Amino acid sequence: MAEHARYDFKNPVARWFDSRLPILTMTKVHALDYPTPRNLNYFWTFGAILAVMLVVQIVTGIVLVMHFVPHVDFAFDSIEEIRRDVNYGNIIQKMHQVGASMFFFAVYIHIFRGLYYGSYKTPREVLWMIGVLILLVMMATAFLGYVLPWGQMSFWAAKVITNLFSAIPFFGDAIVTWLWGGYSVDNPTLNRFFSLHYLLPFVLAGLVFLHIWALHVPGNNNPVGVEVRPGQDTVPFHPYYTMKDLYAVVVFLILFAAFMFFAPDYLGHPINYAKANPLVTPTHIVPEWYFLPFYAILRSIPDKLLGVIAMFGSILILFALPWLDTSPVRSANYRPVYRQFFWLLVIDCIILGIVGSNPPEGSWLIIGRIATAYYFLHFLVIMPLVGFLEVPRPVPASISEAVLPAGSAFKAAE
Amino acid sequence: MSRTLPLIALALIGLSAAFAPALGLEEKHPAKDVGFSFEGPFGTFDRAQVQRGYQVYKEVCSACHSMTLMRFRNLGEPGGPEFPPEQVKAIAAQYKVTDGPDASGNMFERPALPSDPFVKPFPNEAAARAANGGALPPDLSLITKMRAGWSGRLLTLYTTQLIKGMGGPEYVYSVLTGYEEPPKDLAAEAPEGKFYNPYFENGHWIGMPPPLSDGAVTYADGTKATVDQMARDVAAFLAWAGEPKMEERKRIGFQVMVYLVVFAALLYLVKRRIWGRHEP
Repeated sequence: MAEHARYDFKNPVARWFDSRLPILTMTKVHALDYPTPRNLNYFWTFGAILAVMLVVQIVTGIVLVMHFVPHVDFAFDSIEEIRRDVNYGNIIQKMHQVGASMFFFAVYIHIFRGLYYGSYKTPREVLWMIGVLILLVMMATAFLGYVLPWGQMSFWAAKVITNLFSAIPFFGDAIVTWLWGGYSVDNPTLNRFFSLHYLLPFVLAGLVFLHIWALHVPGNNNPVGVEVRPGQDTVPFHPYYTMKDLYAVVVFLILFAAFMFFAPDYLGHPINYAKANPLVTPTHIVPEWYFLPFYAILRSIPDKLLGVIAMFGSILILFALPWLDTSPVRSANYRPVYRQFFWLLVIDCIILGIVGSNPPEGSWLIIGRIATAYYFLHFLVIMPLVGFLEVPRPVPASISEAVLPAGSAFKAAE
Repeated sequence: MSRTLPLIALALIGLSAAFAPALGLEEKHPAKDVGFSFEGPFGTFDRAQVQRGYQVYKEVCSACHSMTLMRFRNLGEPGGPEFPPEQVKAIAAQYKVTDGPDASGNMFERPALPSDPFVKPFPNEAAARAANGGALPPDLSLITKMRAGWSGRLLTLYTTQLIKGMGGPEYVYSVLTGYEEPPKDLAAEAPEGKFYNPYFENGHWIGMPPPLSDGAVTYADGTKATVDQMARDVAAFLAWAGEPKMEERKRIGFQVMVYLVVFAALLYLVKRRIWGRHEP
């Protein structure tokens, strides 16, 4: 849209206001009239679902902060007091905790949707890279938040993850001491984690704004993967996608509510209901399910520093995706070979998740190493090669050609 | 290339998930699967059972185990044993707590009030250990939440946990009723003052002597106080103590689910009508 374009509002107050701060025009252009490909499937609704989840986490989080005490002696009991004595606290606390799981569940679907339909390809590289940044900040936020209840797994997760930085040559130990604010995971650690856990969600909100901005410049990708042509390829965002997204959000909330109300402890570890005890190490220190694949990568490499590099590399590699994929065709629907490898990657990630939940010994270690190797192989070798070697199926010239039956009434009417 | 490759890989996942032993639970006996009234999406606590369970805790367990998160008033709140207010006051008044300082700066003893926390059996951890042969009797406020009852193959385990919950109350029941003679090969290595209990979380040897015996308490409602009955009752009481707002959670959960399902159905119809304008 042109910078100076103004919507001609009939209402004089609206016109007066909009000419001074064009927020109404912005809303009209970017939320209501925004031309959206008409063929987006339900995988595209996860953007809206994620936006809702971010709001849920921030709102429940702000309420929790009103009752939480960030001190090693009181943090655990204050969470319990929320569950016991705060009005509806049991529900709000679970909404936040289970919400984190649902947030990741949605973000993983969102990411794999982008992988399948080639949403990272030109001209959406920056959109994609902001997305990877959002994932990183989300992971940091989730980890910091997991430490706050100061349960056994909270404490030992903090210990294990911060200790990863000791693998850095020369400065490792100094950095860990700096992160802890002392010589062990203790009150200063809890306090700074609390501070950062409150800060990062707002950073996330800012990144989400940039993400949407970067989306609205080239417009949405779509399941066919060809650029939209003005006119019959698009529909206005409102009411078509506001309604479709809203419906999907509510269906997602049903799943969320099912876990939250009827299996609130299912996605967590029972041992985190035990207060942190620096003197007793749990038999198995395992992260929440959404970190398991990365944990598996970390532990499948015998060298600590290389393991840490591989773990972070497994996410950072996504930044390079737009240039690792050499195929000009976006949608995997028209890429018969890549599509197979896409599903293999999905399966590989699930295997890594299962491996991550098991001790790194025996056959688990071997499976973990193969799966880790395959993960990197997929991005570094398979993706570039398949792009060169594969013969894609013919791509339709336009969305309308792909989605509308030939000679349909709609087409005739245009 | 066909779809077979991903399918084979998927089958491998299925197999590994079905046969893989779950994390670290290989040696422990899975808990005995006893039925409780509070299981399932509509399950509620059996008031009489939770009241009996409190009696078992008070007369047996509380000699060694604290429950620091509980207050006497909880015993009268909705969703739990729901003792009448006078009875809650009377229960609290049986305990003495230290309060103060008074106007002249002295601490004094007074009968406990409903707002006071459950009185701890030992003043501190060292005293608790000293009185229990070095072992620390854990606080029981969250015991049914912090212990997982089930074990087994991953896929079965995850299904069981989804359907039956994490198995904490069943764990408590199983430990209380799980004392047995150690197997021949283990009997020789029995540690001093420990008892064999294959259901115990941290190895087979538990520091707690079998706490229950038939008739250990006398139930006011005439229920026969067998070991099995008392173990069930106290497990139910501890399950309530672990989440006193469970009934509220399920009740609101049901209302939310009904609301969301109806709302989703309506949204779907609206969405279909709107998109109908543009479908050929």
